[in-house]
Amino acid sequence: MRGRSMRLGGAVLGAMVAVGPVLTGQALAADKLKVGFVYVGPVADFGYSYQHDLSRKALAAAMPDAVETTFLENVPEADSERSIEKLARSGAGLIFTTSFGFMEPTLKVARKFPKVKFAHATGYKRSDNVATYSARFYEGRYVCGKIAGKLSKSGTVGYIASFPIPEVVSGINAFMLGAQAVNPNIKVKIVWVNTWFDPGKEAEAAKALLAQGADILTQHTDSAAPLQEAEKQGKLAFGQSSDQFRFAPKAQLTSITDDWDGYVIAQAKAVRDGTWKSSDTWGGIKDGMVVLAPFTNMPDDVKAMAEETTKAIVDGKVHPFDGPVTKQDGTVAVKQGETAPDPMILGMNWYVKGIDDKLTP
Amino acid sequence: MRLDLVPRIRRSAVLDILAPALAFVAAVMVGGVAVAALGVSPGAAFVTYFVTPLSDVWSLQEIALKAAPLALIATGLAFCYRADLWNIGAEGQFVVGGLAGGWVGVATHGSGGSVWILPAMLAAGALAGAAYALIPAVLKVRLGVSEILTSLMLVYVAQLLLDYMVRGPLRDPAGYNFPQSVGFEAAARLPYLMEGETLHAGVLIALAAVGLGTFVLARTLFGFEVRLVGASPRAARFAGFSDARLTLAVFAISGGAAGLAGIVEVAGRIGQLQPEISPGYGFTAIIVAFLGRLSPPGILVAALVIALTTIGGEGAQIDLKLPLDLTRAFQGLLLGLVLGADVFARYHVRLVPGGPVSRTAP
Amino acid sequence: MTLDIVQMVLVTVLAAATPLILAAIGELVAERAGVLNLGVEGMMIFGAAVSFAVAMQTGSTLLGALGGAGAGLGLAALFGLLTVGLAANQVASGLSLTILGLGLSGLVGANYVGIKRDPAPQLAIPGLTDLPGIGRLLFGQDAFVYAAVALVAAVSWFLWRTRAGLTLRAIGDDPIATHALGLKVRRVRFLSVLFGGACAGLGGAYLALAYTPFWSPGMTAGRGWIALALVVFATWRPLRVAAGALLFGGATVLQLHAQAAGLGLPGQLLSALPYLATVLALVLLSLGGRQGGSPAPAALGRVFTPSR
Repeated sequence: MRGRSMRLGGAVLGAMVAVGPVLTGQALAADKLKVGFVYVGPVADFGYSYQHDLSRKALAAAMPDAVETTFLENVPEADSERSIEKLARSGAGLIFTTSFGFMEPTLKVARKFPKVKFAHATGYKRSDNVATYSARFYEGRYVCGKIAGKLSKSGTVGYIASFPIPEVVSGINAFMLGAQAVNPNIKVKIVWVNTWFDPGKEAEAAKALLAQGADILTQHTDSAAPLQEAEKQGKLAFGQSSDQFRFAPKAQLTSITDDWDGYVIAQAKAVRDGTWKSSDTWGGIKDGMVVLAPFTNMPDDVKAMAEETTKAIVDGKVHPFDGPVTKQDGTVAVKQGETAPDPMILGMNWYVKGIDDKLTP
Repeated sequence: MRLDLVPRIRRSAVLDILAPALAFVAAVMVGGVAVAALGVSPGAAFVTYFVTPLSDVWSLQEIALKAAPLALIATGLAFCYRADLWNIGAEGQFVVGGLAGGWVGVATHGSGGSVWILPAMLAAGALAGAAYALIPAVLKVRLGVSEILTSLMLVYVAQLLLDYMVRGPLRDPAGYNFPQSVGFEAAARLPYLMEGETLHAGVLIALAAVGLGTFVLARTLFGFEVRLVGASPRAARFAGFSDARLTLAVFAISGGAAGLAGIVEVAGRIGQLQPEISPGYGFTAIIVAFLGRLSPPGILVAALVIALTTIGGEGAQIDLKLPLDLTRAFQGLLLGLVLGADVFARYHVRLVPGGPVSRTAP
Repeated sequence: MTLDIVQMVLVTVLAAATPLILAAIGELVAERAGVLNLGVEGMMIFGAAVSFAVAMQTGSTLLGALGGAGAGLGLAALFGLLTVGLAANQVASGLSLTILGLGLSGLVGANYVGIKRDPAPQLAIPGLTDLPGIGRLLFGQDAFVYAAVALVAAVSWFLWRTRAGLTLRAIGDDPIATHALGLKVRRVRFLSVLFGGACAGLGGAYLALAYTPFWSPGMTAGRGWIALALVVFATWRPLRVAAGALLFGGATVLQLHAQAAGLGLPGQLLSALPYLATVLALVLLSLGGRQGGSPAPAALGRVFTPSR
């Protein structure tokens, strides 16, 4: 993981320079499968869109003679229909629309282009030619929670959150359940910054949490600023989206990253082989879609526990939302001996017991 | 030696067209050098940016769709700027208009689809936009608070309000708690004008607004008042026009136009409420207003040009793998050069040794 | 212990306010001369990208900061050429400048994504920096913070205590009369715009070199716009710019602290607070001192063209 991200600068230049053959190569490329990607952020965000673009490059490298990839970056969700249709019209046979907000435009364009296949990330609506995919980020958060529960000396962990959507809320809950599993008295302080990306504000949130007694930080935002802040103050933190070890070699415990390579390549292969079917893929650590960066800056016993927990999740022995799970208000959400069903996790809008924050709205 | 600008008594029709055209050529040449430096043929880039988008029916429709909100907002802003008032919060008025109109769409969801739903949404959008724009106007008239600051600050408040509403009260209960409203019913959507579900009736609304704006500015007493206040406030006061009334009126007009554009976008292309409904139309429209020299027909042309470069830029990303940042830099350069070149249409430009006579122009 | 928390909050507030102070103090000078440059965000982000690139290439934070200031100055020169030289509209030119700056920053920064640098060093005076309660606040900041404070003082002194400052303000109020007196209106305006650009670029450099020491597209996240608002909020007075930036930074930081302390309010409302507070403060200011008309430079935003 770590080596991969170092090559970004070169890769961007490469993409620019590699333009030459496009014009002359058009006829030649006619039998190649064109695969298009629509990103909500810049590919240089070193977070979500960047991570997705790595899978585009992995696809191009895996099937150089069979596919041709292209992308549109920084596509506003409110103005994405045209961008998606533009890719469909330019001959793409498979299009990845990588943000939740692209859901309705994807479905609409898919109706107009029944022969083109679409894969939409993190949505819940499908059709004959629209598949959906997402990663079980919460599995990684559970492991992080256990590490934090073990390592926190102050008994308080700071959580920098973006927006109260189910993906973020289920992550907070999984983190808390993991932490409680090793330290029932652990406290999690949550700060909502209302943005996916604003390094300054994320750093300010990190400072606020550290000032109020948190000694470990975790984040559901995209920049490396909180990690750097933790490093500066000699505290610990978890990374997000991509391996941010280089930003905080003394602070990063691990980082929850998405790895879409396997999924993207499998989809492209299926389209080429004519075996593609609309499906819903929700992959976790086991499927290689959620990858935890190497465990660093922790004693061996904690590291062993983290590895053990990861393995247990992979083997299906542990599920972060194994019952009993109690909601904040004391009602039982998941009974003893049961496991939260996927729809409950997908629509999670409540906190588990012990979290000292109110979910609004 | 010194650069001297002597205002032309009458604008030159030839230079009015020639100046922006030359600026365009200059920007294209600079852009061509940049493109060549990235290893792409400038000719191919030119075709992708400016010719391909004009060569098929679909992308022509897309250009019209992209230009419509810009032209609509900028026409409203022209009233403000002509009167020398600075509403730079059209983005917020756009958002509030989309929110209010969209609220009607959500509230009437499942009510059976009356023909009055759409008009009610449009009216709610325009009224909400106007009301929101009246906040800085009233603060200016009553308390002398700078409208530049308040209108800009209220943009952020509007965006956060929309964010709160779609995550809370207006959220689709069946939507897995994702931040979005229900999808509007057909009765709450603007009808499509052509096959292919692209061009919708919002384009007609924008065209009507441009026509109406042209007429009001040029042919009515109110339009005269607006122009007079901007050109010569003292003369306007002498003529008995009220500053306060005019301030409220032009803010309501510009806010109403922006709010209407907001609901047109929501009921047209988007079809539901979501945390973001504008890719910055309200700010881009300010540039459009000035590129169009604050006259509605000019604004229409400017909006179309901006739409063209945006769509051409997407083509360049796909076909030539040119980065989006290059398109942005090119857009910024083009806008600057066109604005700068306008000097030749407005002034006689001379290089002369100095003399102390001077004048200002708004 | 409590004293240390208070100091920590204040240090955070000061750090959050610094980029706003830097960008706003420069814009203030330009506006005092009568030029409204809405391109602050563009100059700031370009300054951030160039400063990081230069610092990486040379290994020097100082050269990086100068590079950032130079980048802002370069864009400002373009703006000055358009608006002061060619009498183009200032609002539209400023917005175009923002688009240009965003694009250029992405192109310059493309090769520096995902790279970290050590933050700019902070002052450490044995004895003083360790003073409880105030040591870090007064003697433990990086050079940007002190530069921002010094700039506020210098601009305040320059505008009200020097002849050149008086000239500058007079030009912002009445370019026709000052031109008739033989003052070089366009030269002063152009230099003011350059100063504004350099300050905005320096503000961007602070973000990329000290505050969150890496480059990332869009990392200014709207701070240029807030700086613009601050100038008006401060009624074009340098000390009030500093106060306003501290207030704004304080509101942002305090709402984050309030959340960390566990007050359950909607995040959107808390995020909107700084903006609402600015509007409210402005209304109160207007209610408080309504004598003497508008505090704005009378010719702000107006194009000036000397002829014959």
